[in-house]
Amino acid sequence: MDRKVVVPGDLLSEEAKRSGEGTFVKDGKVYSLLYGLANYRDRINVIPLAGKYVPAQGDNVIGIVKDITFSNWIVDINSPYDGLLHISEFPKRIESDEMSKYLRIGSSLMTKVKDVDPTMKVELTLNDRKLGLIKTGRVIEISHTRVPRLIGKGGSMISMLKKEVNCSIFVGQNGRIWINGGAEDMDLAIRTILLIEKEAHTNGLTDRIVDFLKKEKGARS
Amino acid sequence: MDETDITFFKDGFRLDGRRAEELRPVKMEVGVLARADGSCYIEMGGNKVIAAVYGPREVHPRHLQEVTRAIVRYRYNMASFSVEERKRPGPDRRSYELSKVSREALEPVILTSYFPRSVIDVFVEVLQADAGTRTAGINAAAVALADAGIPMKSMISACAAGKVDDTLVLDPMKEEDNFGQADLPIAMTPNGEITLIQMDGGLTPDELHQAVEMAMKGCRDIYEIQRKCLVEKYSQLEAPAEEVHACE
Repeated sequence: MDRKVVVPGDLLSEEAKRSGEGTFVKDGKVYSLLYGLANYRDRINVIPLAGKYVPAQGDNVIGIVKDITFSNWIVDINSPYDGLLHISEFPKRIESDEMSKYLRIGSSLMTKVKDVDPTMKVELTLNDRKLGLIKTGRVIEISHTRVPRLIGKGGSMISMLKKEVNCSIFVGQNGRIWINGGAEDMDLAIRTILLIEKEAHTNGLTDRIVDFLKKEKGARS
Repeated sequence: MDETDITFFKDGFRLDGRRAEELRPVKMEVGVLARADGSCYIEMGGNKVIAAVYGPREVHPRHLQEVTRAIVRYRYNMASFSVEERKRPGPDRRSYELSKVSREALEPVILTSYFPRSVIDVFVEVLQADAGTRTAGINAAAVALADAGIPMKSMISACAAGKVDDTLVLDPMKEEDNFGQADLPIAMTPNGEITLIQMDGGLTPDELHQAVEMAMKGCRDIYEIQRKCLVEKYSQLEAPAEEVHACE
């Protein structure tokens, strides 16, 4: 794969139409907006190596309730912007004065970004079968820039990982990951995910992770 | 700017052995602070400066918040031990001004519209001063901003030119700054768009042109160092195959 470390302002291409994410066009030429890895495909994308999560519509995220107002739960989603979970987005009809019975301050939840408006008001929803309060398992945090690598092309990495470590895993686009399974399996899953995070910018990662898992499991039995 | 009895040149070399158009040695390290979102440590000659970037994050106090864009806050601060005579700690007239001009040197390249209602905080701490701390601070801050993953149209590099003994010099050091005739710090993008220019002392129009040219050349050299520093952070991790085995 053709990749290269670039810094903001680097010239990437002379063809304006190849401008992808993390780039901008000036005078018909494509430049990098970010410090990151430039990916040369049909379009040139620059993948950042750091940065804060900015919510986008349709993202699955893991949030922690930090306040309760009259009809909203205010949810920390590991971003400069707080999420708002309206009472009507709870799967069941509940009364305003009963809100803290269902989701208390400190509760972790798997949720989805329903809408983001231009002033960055973030609306969340729980109306989906796979969403809801987290009762068991563990939540870990990685940089959100590494999430695409953890999921892999078409979900290849994450489905391999789920099968190999025998755990349920929910990946939030905000870099929070929920893992549920046997204690030892969870340990292995966490170690593997942290390894993926550390080496996300390297080539041939999936193969190396497969080897790593094989070895770890061999050592256990 | 009185005439002093210091001789600035000896056989065409400056007090520290440099030629007139030569920079002091620059050392740069990126990602030195674990708690900050982005950071950079820089040494430019006798200057030692550390820059930390936080954000984009929520704005406090709330009334400073802008609905359509992120605000940028820049704090330039000198440690009390950074100069020969102990400096009274805390902000003063000089550091307010430097914070303002440095912020305005960096803001034009930051895409603040990507992060409405948020703030990008830049903290620059001068640990040791030896003339040219604002330029060192801007250089470090630009690298720290890139390290924090903040989208920018380009990098910013800064450098000063000065005049001593009726001769133009690049990157004046302390003696040249204190007893020289002029000091002209500039900051610019690698394409030569100037975002900061200040002048202390006096230059003729001709000298001014030459001095700006000289300082711009210095900025381009510094840009190469900034770039190299950032690129190296990730290329040294390119093939960490042995680390996989070390996890057993």
